Amino acid sequence: MFNRDRWNEILEALNANRFRTFLTAFGVFWGIFILVLLLALTNGLKNGVQADFGNFATNSIFMWSQGTSMPYKGLPKGRYFNFKLSDVQALKDNIPELKYVSPRNQLGGFRGSNNVTRNEKTGAFDIYGDYPEFINQQPLDIMEGRFLSYSDIEAKRKIAVIGQDVIRSLYDKGEEVIGSYIKINGINFLVVGTFKNANSQGDNEQEANTIYVPFTTFSQAFNRADNVGWMAITAHDDVSITSVKPRIMTMMRELRTVHPDDKRAIGHFDLAEEFAKITGLFNILTVVGYFVGALVLLSGVIGISNIMLIVVKERTKEIGVRRALGASPWNIRSQVLQESLVLTIISGMIGISFASGIIWIMNTILDSVGPVENFANPSVGIGVIIIALSILIISGLLAGLIPATRATQMKPVDALRIE
Amino acid sequence: MIAIKDLHKSYHMGNNSLHVLKGINFEANEGEMIAIMGSSGSGKSTFLNILGMLDEADLGSYHLDNVPIKNLNEKVAARYRNQFLGFIFQSFNLITYKSALDNVSMPLYYQGVKRSVRTEKAMHYLEKVGLADWATHLPSELSGGQKQRVAIARALASDPKVLLADEPTGALDTKTSYEVMELIQGINDEGKTILVVTHEEDIAHMCKRIVHLKDGKILDDKTVEQVRAKTPAHV
Repeated sequence: MFNRDRWNEILEALNANRFRTFLTAFGVFWGIFILVLLLALTNGLKNGVQADFGNFATNSIFMWSQGTSMPYKGLPKGRYFNFKLSDVQALKDNIPELKYVSPRNQLGGFRGSNNVTRNEKTGAFDIYGDYPEFINQQPLDIMEGRFLSYSDIEAKRKIAVIGQDVIRSLYDKGEEVIGSYIKINGINFLVVGTFKNANSQGDNEQEANTIYVPFTTFSQAFNRADNVGWMAITAHDDVSITSVKPRIMTMMRELRTVHPDDKRAIGHFDLAEEFAKITGLFNILTVVGYFVGALVLLSGVIGISNIMLIVVKERTKEIGVRRALGASPWNIRSQVLQESLVLTIISGMIGISFASGIIWIMNTILDSVGPVENFANPSVGIGVIIIALSILIISGLLAGLIPATRATQMKPVDALRIE
Repeated sequence: MIAIKDLHKSYHMGNNSLHVLKGINFEANEGEMIAIMGSSGSGKSTFLNILGMLDEADLGSYHLDNVPIKNLNEKVAARYRNQFLGFIFQSFNLITYKSALDNVSMPLYYQGVKRSVRTEKAMHYLEKVGLADWATHLPSELSGGQKQRVAIARALASDPKVLLADEPTGALDTKTSYEVMELIQGINDEGKTILVVTHEEDIAHMCKRIVHLKDGKILDDKTVEQVRAKTPAHV
């Protein structure tokens, strides 16, 4: 269909009125340019916001105990209770959809008092008792040494993994950190690892002020018995944690002798739900991007259709001559269609390239000025480009369809009579 | 070559009906050169359009080279036109943005002839009309006579059975007209059948036979002594 002669025919025809060809092409160029740019900006916004979640296992909930709000089985309302380690095991045993169930305990907190000392230096830090799998739920970059292990849990070793800010407060520059001891609430812990938060933004500072110790060590050293402060629960990737949540809650109420309807007794934060809300928002934004872009593109396509109609009208006589010389209606129709297609695709490709250029410049600027709040790496995938190209091809054909039909509607004898 | 029996054609415009051709009987043999004359409104253009398959008759039969021309769809008509007929128009009808060579090779393009062969053939016909040196020029760079000669080369390119010329000299001055007629006579000498629609007596007498049309009927049909169109030195 597209041999060299066809190309010559098309290029000659488009060349015959260059300025008009250019103006027509500009409509489509502009449409696809806006479409790609809008999608890239949406993507940039999405990347920026999602970076705040870091590599966090988003299919997770956090669950803690609050006071009961209903009396149950002779127990009064307003009773405070704790989860127990046995609850963790019960969850793991009975709900196979769960990937990780990490019990956690905490010491210190926001603006807590000084609780850690090393030689003559002191500081106030968050101290967490954790299980090794917690690093899979909230990823940390281990800078030196290692994270907690199951042998630490079993042996109740007094070891600690400390954040960058802890090092800054308690150590001199260049001092060896691994193998040194720090005193948490008067108890010595051996430092076996240091970490940096993998998160880009947000609660960086708080995270860097954190010390992780083995859960069992924590319980024994700080008198928590088998109590669990809160749990971080992650479901397997193919199961939504939100759908498993009711079963977890029911089970916990039963085990902790809480009224089955007492919603207030167990507090939780559903990260998956929050994440889904934001993802949903961006899906809507993407749809809006497509919609607006497609509408701008549509006006460009109508422009092409319009010009092709004029071209066909102007060339009525030429078309008549061609038919007298033996051009079949299909010859004529396909030429008009191909002219419109070539015009659309070429201008569309230029639009896509141009938009890519702008995106590249944006990225270069972003790289040079450092991270910007809620905006990162605006880009479009190859999938979007393929979609854009197919929209172009379809619209090119649509734009040519009416003019092409118009071109062959007139009888050759009438077409030849036009002056 | 051409056999036409009892040809009728009417045009309808709103409630008015215009009976343009009222029973034409006509035959043309191979190698003839026929002038079709008549005042405007006599139906000579309609007749030529029907001969050229650009228009279709209401009644009557038309055989071209023993092929019945009836109820053709546009695709077949286009193929027949390409195969059987070469058109020469009063206003040349060259494609303005194509060079002389490309204009001439156009019928071959629609025949699906390969580019190299096409160019060679087109060049041959341009040489024949004496315009080989102008092959790469656009029509706007040619004089009227040159344009018509390019158009004649184009009409010849597909080696048709019949050449149909609609007032080929209508837009040209006498000197150029005679040059063009000399060329057309030369082509006829080589055996090609040619029909020329004209209203100029001197042009008509350069053909071998003159058919007069009046009010949609053939008034008379006579063989004449052909006047050779030697380019007159005194004009």
